[in-house]
Amino acid sequence: MRARSLTLSILLAAAAVTLAVVGFTPIHSASRDQIFAIPKGTWARRMSGDKIEILPNHIRLTLGIRDILVLRNQDDVPQIFGPTLMMPGQSFRLPFERAAEYTFACTAHASGQMTIVVEPNPTTPWARIRWRINHASN
Amino acid sequence: MPHLTRRWAAALLTLLLATSADAANEKIANFKAGVFDPPRQAPEFSLLGSNGGELHISNYHGKVVLLAFGFTSCTAVCPITLNTFAVARHKLGTAAANVQVVYVTVDPQRDDPVRLKKYLGGFDPTFVGGTGTEQQLAAVRKNYGISAERQNLGDSYTYEHSSFTYLIDRGGRIRALMPYGHSPDDYVHDLSILLKE
Repeated sequence: MRARSLTLSILLAAAAVTLAVVGFTPIHSASRDQIFAIPKGTWARRMSGDKIEILPNHIRLTLGIRDILVLRNQDDVPQIFGPTLMMPGQSFRLPFERAAEYTFACTAHASGQMTIVVEPNPTTPWARIRWRINHASN
Repeated sequence: MPHLTRRWAAALLTLLLATSADAANEKIANFKAGVFDPPRQAPEFSLLGSNGGELHISNYHGKVVLLAFGFTSCTAVCPITLNTFAVARHKLGTAAANVQVVYVTVDPQRDDPVRLKKYLGGFDPTFVGGTGTEQQLAAVRKNYGISAERQNLGDSYTYEHSSFTYLIDRGGRIRALMPYGHSPDDYVHDLSILLKE
């Protein structure tokens, strides 16, 4: 019984320390790029009837952490990708500086548009913890 | 209990590692607009210009071009975009002489050169508009990846159209795409970079 409560105490203490570290450490990112790429052969696969969705309808970015949308066309033909026409081998790098919801016309989507939600930089400890938990798998 | 403890410890360790793995070597984007890499040459076109001549994009090699698509009856996007261009040019001062605004209509039925000239002159007399046949304009839109969809409104009609602006450098290359809604200062920032090249 004493061993269990000792383990529990240690666990709670460890959890408290971890949350403190996670919450108070500012979030820096090795790269602020959120990258989407059209792989080589996509056009051919589409022509053969495959339904390929590369760019989601909704993209979530976070200011100061992951706030640059990078699109790459690695296919052999020009592609409408997000808001723009991209040549083979071309990339497009779009930075965001304001937290807001951005809507772009995008003929690659059935809805005809793409939405990018840019969230504010998490500045409070709880916001950082939430952000880290949400992005721990990325 | 020991099993639960190990799972908890693993979860806490994952969070700690994720936190410590963050690095501060952040890349700073130079442009406010989205940048193409490598940039491609702006596709050539030949349209009727609001200045009375033929409008080719190559007419403006040596200048930085803001290329936008719209229509003069647009009440939502175009007036704001064109006013932004005008304010940005004003803020650039004498450097604005090397910045050319080119506005290509998506509505050839209503936008002839005279109407374009009058409309654009309300923002800045240096702005140049372009129009042509439906086929000519459709070809230009395809080459530039512009969407324009006509929508009937009772006896009239409007267009849903791409609202961004291309920034074309002095060498005629499409360098960047500025999404709708950016401020005149953002344009001044990016134009200044291109003007210095």
